[in-house]
Amino acid sequence: MIDTVVSVNVLVIGAGPAGLAAAIAAKKAGENSLIVLEREDQPGGILRQCIHNGFGLHRFKEELTGPEYAQRDIDAARELDIDIRTGVTVLSVSHDRRVTAVSRENGLQVFQAKAIVLAMGCRERPRGALAIPGTRCAGIYSAGTAQKFVNLEGYMPGRRVVILGSGDIGLIMARRMTLQGAKVLACVELMPYSSGLNRNIVQCLQDYGIPLYLSHTVIDIHGRDRLTGVTVAKVDENRRPIPGTEMEFDCDTLLLSVGLIPENELSAGAGVELSRVTGGAVVSDTLETSIPGVFACGNVLHVHDLVDHVSNESFRAGEMAARYAQGERRTGREIPVRDGRGVRGVVPQKLVLDSENKGVDLMFRPDRVYRDHYLTVRADGKVLSSVRKMILTPGEMVVQPLNEQQLAICRDAQEITVSITEEKAV
Amino acid sequence: MYDVLIIGGGVIGCAVARKLSQYQGRFAVLERAEDVADGASKANSGIVHAGFDAKPGTKKAYYNVKGAKMYAQLAKELGVPYANIGAMVLGFSEEDRDILKTLLRQGIENGVDQLRIIEREEILEKEPNVNPQAVCALDVPTSAVVSPYEMTLALAYHAAQNGVEFLLNCPVTRIYEDHETWHVETPRGVLESRAIVNCAGVGAAELHNMISDEHLEIIPRRGEYYLLDSTVKCPFSRTMFQVPGKMGKGVLISPTAHGNALLGPSAEDISDGYDTATTRKGLDFVMDKCRLTWPDANVRSAITTFAGVRAHPATNDFLIGETHGAPENAFEAIGIESPGLTAAPAIGADLGEQVAEHLKLPDAKFVKAAVPLLKPFAAMTEEERADACRRDPEYGRIVCRCEVITEAEIRDAIRRPVGARSIDGVKRRTRAGMGRCQGGFCSPRVMEILCEELHCSPLDITKSGGNSHLLVGTLNDIAKEAQGHD
Repeated sequence: MIDTVVSVNVLVIGAGPAGLAAAIAAKKAGENSLIVLEREDQPGGILRQCIHNGFGLHRFKEELTGPEYAQRDIDAARELDIDIRTGVTVLSVSHDRRVTAVSRENGLQVFQAKAIVLAMGCRERPRGALAIPGTRCAGIYSAGTAQKFVNLEGYMPGRRVVILGSGDIGLIMARRMTLQGAKVLACVELMPYSSGLNRNIVQCLQDYGIPLYLSHTVIDIHGRDRLTGVTVAKVDENRRPIPGTEMEFDCDTLLLSVGLIPENELSAGAGVELSRVTGGAVVSDTLETSIPGVFACGNVLHVHDLVDHVSNESFRAGEMAARYAQGERRTGREIPVRDGRGVRGVVPQKLVLDSENKGVDLMFRPDRVYRDHYLTVRADGKVLSSVRKMILTPGEMVVQPLNEQQLAICRDAQEITVSITEEKAV
Repeated sequence: MYDVLIIGGGVIGCAVARKLSQYQGRFAVLERAEDVADGASKANSGIVHAGFDAKPGTKKAYYNVKGAKMYAQLAKELGVPYANIGAMVLGFSEEDRDILKTLLRQGIENGVDQLRIIEREEILEKEPNVNPQAVCALDVPTSAVVSPYEMTLALAYHAAQNGVEFLLNCPVTRIYEDHETWHVETPRGVLESRAIVNCAGVGAAELHNMISDEHLEIIPRRGEYYLLDSTVKCPFSRTMFQVPGKMGKGVLISPTAHGNALLGPSAEDISDGYDTATTRKGLDFVMDKCRLTWPDANVRSAITTFAGVRAHPATNDFLIGETHGAPENAFEAIGIESPGLTAAPAIGADLGEQVAEHLKLPDAKFVKAAVPLLKPFAAMTEEERADACRRDPEYGRIVCRCEVITEAEIRDAIRRPVGARSIDGVKRRTRAGMGRCQGGFCSPRVMEILCEELHCSPLDITKSGGNSHLLVGTLNDIAKEAQGHD
């Protein structure tokens, strides 16, 4: 029988960058009854295998590698004496914040938390989700799995590589495998634009002469035991392959970098309302989900491009969780934030209008590439801001802050809408 | 010297082996691939067919109905996922109704219970997501689903527990008889045996033709499938068939024994019996046909696609028994296409007994009961999980997050007789890697566990045997190699 239940004020699930930041903020907000559960043997999450640099430019104003960035938070957590339990996998979360977890050391454990921070991160979309025809041979990996083999295990998954999708991990792996002696033949992207950061296109593909085929996709996979090649074709505006445009690539490896999916199985099990657009929880500006006392942050909430943004968001979630556990409740009126034209997946989806709300960052992605357009935020019909943007692309998350004065204008509004407009809105 | 060599480690070969293990003698299963259940046995619809489809009087009809009636008990004994969910064959016109009436008559003649034709209202009441244009249906309460590769594995485990040898990576290149002894050439040398049983699936005709003057033909017939995520509920609680065509039972939508939705198969005759590639054409065909049953059909939640190759006999019926036109003590089960999975326990029992009687093998003095497959951690209650962790702390280590598979289960799958030797071997035995991420997270850890258990290097680990290595070298190996090229 389960004879012991561990009571805790704040339970953080995941010790990647989101969970670490949330825990640090919760502790700094005065919460001493705090436990972080991490399924891996070490904290740090996906950053542990991201040994390239470019992390921390916003937060630390310097270029760190992934492990260096993670180490700063791990060190901070240690200094604050935060209880991080590794090798513990959470099996379920209930709507009344009962959490079951399992570990080699303690077997099955049950926690009862006053507040929970969901910080489980995301996972990569696999081949099956794309239903690419062909054989089911060895040599097909998601980019992150390949990155783990190379950076954490010290093994090469292949010699001649084609990358499908231009997500950031795929771009990073194009450079990494090239530097390790592999030949990266092409990066193939279904859409007419890249889904990765522009700096990665330049630094990981262009600098190494790796061609990027936009509006192309892999239509067949060859090889019985191990991959021997792929067929790539150009696609039309409906993303259907155009006959006659086929190209054969002689490769032993296909890396997939075709999207990240917030890992919300635990959240769904608890009954947390999820957004069909972001794949993450629907949250208010305090990052509280539809279940009171359950907060979400980082890539489990929505997929970020920059860990700096993950940390900032998670500091807020951690602080809010601590305040919730200490009995603080928001009482203000709640209004929805909606995706307007050209905008996908604004987070947060709700604002609580009370005196505590000192400002909020609205984050979203455009639905396609826009050049020289305006990013417009309205409260009902009233324009709160309309900012000119030279380029907006789905590969780069947009962060649009709303300050206290702007929120004051919303006081009586029914909803806030974010949209992309050709003209400056007045 | 063996008493019996069984060629082919699919569901038929393993069922025959299990039956023979109840007799005294030396038996081995020869399997060309690195694991049992590597061919059609791992890639089919997983249906325990009731038996209305086969023409009365055929071997297909006899073994189908006999096998179906053995399944519930066998699955329980071996611990294999099985569920009697029922089925419907949908008709969309009055011509279809005539076909359904024929199926009903055939079914009754074959000995299938509880069959009846139902009308639209009852169809929609039972299965609200069916295309409302359905006119009538054959209701088949005795139809069931089973995990086909786990059934094959469980049969192999039980056979191995009772002494049957499993020689894997062991393709048969030649068979001949000399002085009343069968000689079977393999990469392991020439094996000698009193009798042989050819259960070689799509390769069976080739072996048959080596030893018989009665020529046989097997036509490899490929079927492609979509498998959807188990977190998305299958729109139907039963197996939904359409009226059969001349290439087979047509496209079905069904929950699997594990609760995923399965859509397929297509049917295409191909020349290479081992070509299990999926094609755009085949997958589109499946989707197109599925819309008739399920107008909202979509594969947004697809986690994988796969293809299996059935061994379609030119004669259209199973060939089971002694090999005609061959020297004595050659037996075969050839052309075991659908409903072969259903028929397997019956074919195994009959053919195994026939071989044993022919060789006058005495009953084994002691037959070990099957050690059922472990109850998956994912299916345990909280208390059972707590107990499992106390018994074996390795249950406390989740390796596959999507399907909640523990390290204890993965190690067991490797340590068992006929244990896993590859990533796919672990996957078929435990479901690690069968979920949403398709092994993205767990495959590196599964690889490490395989290395620990088998005392080998990650460079030796394959996806599914042969040359399907996952890694090509250490970082140093490849960097040096690249410098050599410059």
